[in-house]
Amino acid sequence: MNEGIQRFKGVMLILGVLALWEAVGLFGWVNAKVLPPPHAVAIKWWEYLSPQQPYDADSGSRLSWLLSGELIQDAMGSLYRVLAGFVVGTLLALPIGLVMGASRAAYQLCNPLLQILRPIPPIAYIPLSILWFGLGNPPAIFLIAIGAFFPVLMNTIAGVRAVDGIFLRAARNLGASRTTIFLRVILPASTPYILTGMRIGIGTAFIVVIVAEMIAVNNGLGFRILEAREYFWSDKIIAGMLSIGLIGLAIDQAMSQLNNHLLRWHRGLEH
Amino acid sequence: MASSIVITGVNKTFPTPSGAVVALKDITLEIKAGEFVCLLGPSGCGKSTLLNAVAGFSLPEQGRITVNGQPVTQPGPDRGMVFQEYALFPWMTVAQNVGFGLEIKGLPKADIRSRVNALLKLLKLSEFGERFPRDLSGGMRQRVAIARILALDSPILLMDEPFGALDALTRRSLQDELLRIWSELGKTVLFVTHSIEESIFLADRIVVMTYRPGTIKRDIAVHLPRPRDSSAPEFNQLKRELSELVASEQARHEAAERLALTTD
Repeated sequence: MNEGIQRFKGVMLILGVLALWEAVGLFGWVNAKVLPPPHAVAIKWWEYLSPQQPYDADSGSRLSWLLSGELIQDAMGSLYRVLAGFVVGTLLALPIGLVMGASRAAYQLCNPLLQILRPIPPIAYIPLSILWFGLGNPPAIFLIAIGAFFPVLMNTIAGVRAVDGIFLRAARNLGASRTTIFLRVILPASTPYILTGMRIGIGTAFIVVIVAEMIAVNNGLGFRILEAREYFWSDKIIAGMLSIGLIGLAIDQAMSQLNNHLLRWHRGLEH
Repeated sequence: MASSIVITGVNKTFPTPSGAVVALKDITLEIKAGEFVCLLGPSGCGKSTLLNAVAGFSLPEQGRITVNGQPVTQPGPDRGMVFQEYALFPWMTVAQNVGFGLEIKGLPKADIRSRVNALLKLLKLSEFGERFPRDLSGGMRQRVAIARILALDSPILLMDEPFGALDALTRRSLQDELLRIWSELGKTVLFVTHSIEESIFLADRIVVMTYRPGTIKRDIAVHLPRPRDSSAPEFNQLKRELSELVASEQARHEAAERLALTTD
């Protein structure tokens, strides 16, 4: 009941902002070239989403035709880069983080280097990434991997270090070997932290992909909104931005669902 | 089935910022196979330290601890430990927790399942096998922890104030259950508590320890027939006797704490 009212209020706020935005154009307060009204953005967004060619049975199935719209192609290009970079970054960060968390010696060895590298924003690697990998997907994936690497790494280290000693004592008492303790106790006990790191990491990856596409590649959502600026298509810029927002939201929701499923046993992470 | 524990001349100190604390001094104690022994004393008397030494979690600097003649060098499933904080693995279901020790031993899955089911039944947990520990009350969690240790078939049970965090009624019913299991399975039990009543209710022998340094103050055999009646005059006479022994140690503990706070 109460929640229904809250949700209703939230929807009303969105509608209110849209109405105000529409009014800004309607009364000519701002040039529509600079800030196009929401209905124009919606029309442009539909155009951007729709297939560019009429359906032709010879050139492929109906599904591939439906997916041939520019927006879907751009979104798939961006998602591919996000996933590839995220997987690379996570696969590097997880083992390093587990070792650094479990071994004091490894932590003391690697931590100074890490502290120097960590504050460098992934964006600052752009010039180097182009020098090393040229243009196209490789430099973009490299940048995204860096963006995902540090959040996953830092959270994995923290997670392993936060494992309650009593679990280790209980496992040793049951006769568990070091390998068993690592796989069956330390790893599951630190999953809440690791998953939080992955959620932050994929968020960072999504930010970095947009920037990387503005520089190194010629498709993707980031590329498209920069291209639209060159033609002064502000409606397409905003349509692209909203698409970026919706896809980001979808990724975060998917991660949150995954978290809740994997952490059914965990109190305090349900939402 | 049961094993004996022999503790000879054990010393243990802990470094602290204000100097070394002698936790255990010259402890010599023999626990016969099948005996139920309570370690009784105020906090800081070293009773948990002694238990951890027998468990193999922290070995003494001097002295010897042997179990069935074998010196203790590391923790092991022959000395099952039940912790006050339950220490159940929250990511495992109740059944997985109980079966974990058997899995480590490498038993076939079917054997583990039948063994786990029997233990869940023994501890009245049959309906809760697929639940996670967070769904259970404190008393039920401690039943799971006991089942997990019984699964190992350890001849020795080490219990570190296992019922200290439970309410009085749950505590009583778990005490009854522990006695039932002990007499049925013939385990050797070393049980740490600061509750005088609990120790009289459970033990064959009560070992009263002194506050720093932890030494054995008295070793009292309890000859009352079981089940013990806490309203019986013999019970209460023993209770008075133990209260006096513990009260003077408690007073030293409180004086030391006050001193530590005022000199800080």
